[in-house]
Amino acid sequence: MYKLLLCWRYLRTRWIALASVISVTLGVATMIVVNAVMAGFSNEMQTRIHGILSDIVFESHSLSGFQDPQWHMEEIRRAAGDSIAGMTPTVAVPAMLSFQVRGQWVTRQVMFIGIDESSHAQASDFGRYLQHPENRRQLSFLLRDGGYDTVDSQAEAPGPTRPALEGAGWPYRRMRVERERLWRERQEEQERATGGPTRPVDRQVDAVLAATDPATARPPADDARPDPFKAARPEEGRAMDPANEQFTGIVPGIGLASFRDNTGVDRFLVLPGDDVKVTFPTAGTPPKAVSDTFTIVDFYESKMSEYDSNFVFVPIAALQRMRGMIDPQTGIPSVNSIQVKLRDGADLDLVRDRLRKAFPAELYAISTWRDKQGPLLSAVDMEMAVLNILLFMIVAVAGFGILAIFFMIVVEKTRDIGILKSLGASSAGIAGIFLGYGLFLGLVGAGAGLALGLAITWNINRIRAAVEWFTGERVFDPSIYYFFKIPTIVHPATVLWIIAGAVAIAVTASVLPAIRAARLHPVEALRHD
Amino acid sequence: MTELPGQASRQTGRESLLEARGVRKSYRSGGGRLDVLRGVDFELQPGGFVSVIGQSGSGKSTLLHLMGLLDAPDDGGVWLGGERVDDLPAARRDRLRNTAIGMVFQAYHLLPELDALENVLAPLYVRHSLSAWLREGAAARARARGLLERFGLGERLHHKPRQLSGGEMQRVAIARALVAEPRVLLADEPTGNLDEESGAGILDTLCELNRRDGLSIVLVTHDAAIARRADRIVRLAAGRVESV
Repeated sequence: MYKLLLCWRYLRTRWIALASVISVTLGVATMIVVNAVMAGFSNEMQTRIHGILSDIVFESHSLSGFQDPQWHMEEIRRAAGDSIAGMTPTVAVPAMLSFQVRGQWVTRQVMFIGIDESSHAQASDFGRYLQHPENRRQLSFLLRDGGYDTVDSQAEAPGPTRPALEGAGWPYRRMRVERERLWRERQEEQERATGGPTRPVDRQVDAVLAATDPATARPPADDARPDPFKAARPEEGRAMDPANEQFTGIVPGIGLASFRDNTGVDRFLVLPGDDVKVTFPTAGTPPKAVSDTFTIVDFYESKMSEYDSNFVFVPIAALQRMRGMIDPQTGIPSVNSIQVKLRDGADLDLVRDRLRKAFPAELYAISTWRDKQGPLLSAVDMEMAVLNILLFMIVAVAGFGILAIFFMIVVEKTRDIGILKSLGASSAGIAGIFLGYGLFLGLVGAGAGLALGLAITWNINRIRAAVEWFTGERVFDPSIYYFFKIPTIVHPATVLWIIAGAVAIAVTASVLPAIRAARLHPVEALRHD
Repeated sequence: MTELPGQASRQTGRESLLEARGVRKSYRSGGGRLDVLRGVDFELQPGGFVSVIGQSGSGKSTLLHLMGLLDAPDDGGVWLGGERVDDLPAARRDRLRNTAIGMVFQAYHLLPELDALENVLAPLYVRHSLSAWLREGAAARARARGLLERFGLGERLHHKPRQLSGGEMQRVAIARALVAEPRVLLADEPTGNLDEESGAGILDTLCELNRRDGLSIVLVTHDAAIARRADRIVRLAAGRVESV
């Protein structure tokens, strides 16, 4: 009883000891905030990685892929049982994307991914990251008649606007075609007047116009299968009317087509409605490079710059046809990979292992989305672990502060310890007072740290805004992070561990002073001044 | 020295309440050794009031500490109610200090964080666990309150020691020594820090406790006038009993 009473009294009267737990408070608060922000970042990152990869990726070791995805999907369903929620085949090949900006050709290395527009959204969150609301509902590779978002749909707070996307689509395409027509007419007039192209830029433009002529740019359609994109392309042998017709639609990552200026506004190099050229290898051996012209119909924005500046999506059937992945005899297509979506609560690793048993590893690589991003996710985990160790050092340093102050309090309370012993208190009881006091201080420090940490975490974006307003500097630049607000997630288990660790340090720090107090000789303690 | 419990009572013919027999105690001081007690015999009968008198350094406080089980003799032994107690395990000595021995000190030795009532209750706080306190607490508080009221401190129950005068603090200390209903009260210069009037009041209180309540008291003092208030005086000089 006396231990409890005295702990409580010391806690209320010894302010110096409370000062010693300020560092515990700050350490705990910092750990909570850092863990919440890191968990928020990690979660955002995982969500975006998962957005592009379905739960399990079943892929071929070869760029040429494997034949008959339908048969493979049936086999996968048979091996994995009820866990499958959806599947979609894809073809992914490295490619070069070229487009013109102010008369200059810009070429970028990309991953060209053929997807099935009807089933891909069921196997991943792909649809969420598109810029046209209708495409988010159901992806279509046909150019839309305007209505693209001018405000980032993924930003909860109003983010940087994208005024360039207003009017993108058919209106922009028609306007561009008309402008090009007028410009060409003027060029022709000038050429007639001067007797031929004079400036180098004019010669380049002529070359571009020749290259984008559908009659010369497209490889011959040599397969006998019906072409699902026929409607989207001009009839063979007929000059295409670009004001009313489009090439095969593609969806490039937004990072390939835009950059963010220092005011936070996205500036676009190309828009939905523009035509681009893509060069990619055929499926034969050895692969040959083929090129085709495509029309941008939307942009993909996962907020993962690695994806947004690398991926270009195209209808799988078109890509299979262009790469020669359709057997001319049987009409059976090949694919690179099959994306498998599992039902909620299904065990990813279990299904992966079942599939690995069912298919030869020499031919197929079967991995979960976590396996695919293993090094990145491990790096984030490692970063969190190192940060936690460093921050825990702060709390450990606070422990030494408690140790020093407790020794001081033991010296100050020496006579009281003698009094208590003269009243029959045992040495263990005296030690218990100081251990209990350490526990109380740890609880107070960790409790205050918890409150402070949660308050900062829950208001971190307001604090960021206030700091930015006060300093005039950008603390968290969305153009770097692609997030408009700092993401945070508080995991209760992490918070409990942090508090338990801080309290344990406070109690441990009080062990030595407690032993010293317990060992005090009552007569010497009573004589202490 | 291996005396058997009860040996002293056989020698005196009547069972002593508190007895020290042949106790020796020395301390290391600087490089040498300071013999404070050099074989002291002391005896207190139940209901007795004995003064121990001597000059500073004569060993009277050390003798009191040994009999109060705050320290252990180098040689000799201490008996309480016929049982040798100085060589008991620490836990049993702690229990005896809490239940059988009440101590009053010259410097009052009140706990500054506690008020007067809580200081009086301190031995009972030490004795009881939290659950026991929930059962016994009300009765204990009533008893402590009664003691303070008896010593004229009914209005000062919730005053902290720093808000009390020396005489009041010593009366709180006496109440604290009595709340656990000890078998013997050991008082070490209880009037040493007080003015004459307050000291006389404390002494009157001790005499009344002895005469009216039959409390056995050992009073250590260097003042012969105060010592004379006791039934018997033991005079210590240079670590030995000079006269009884």
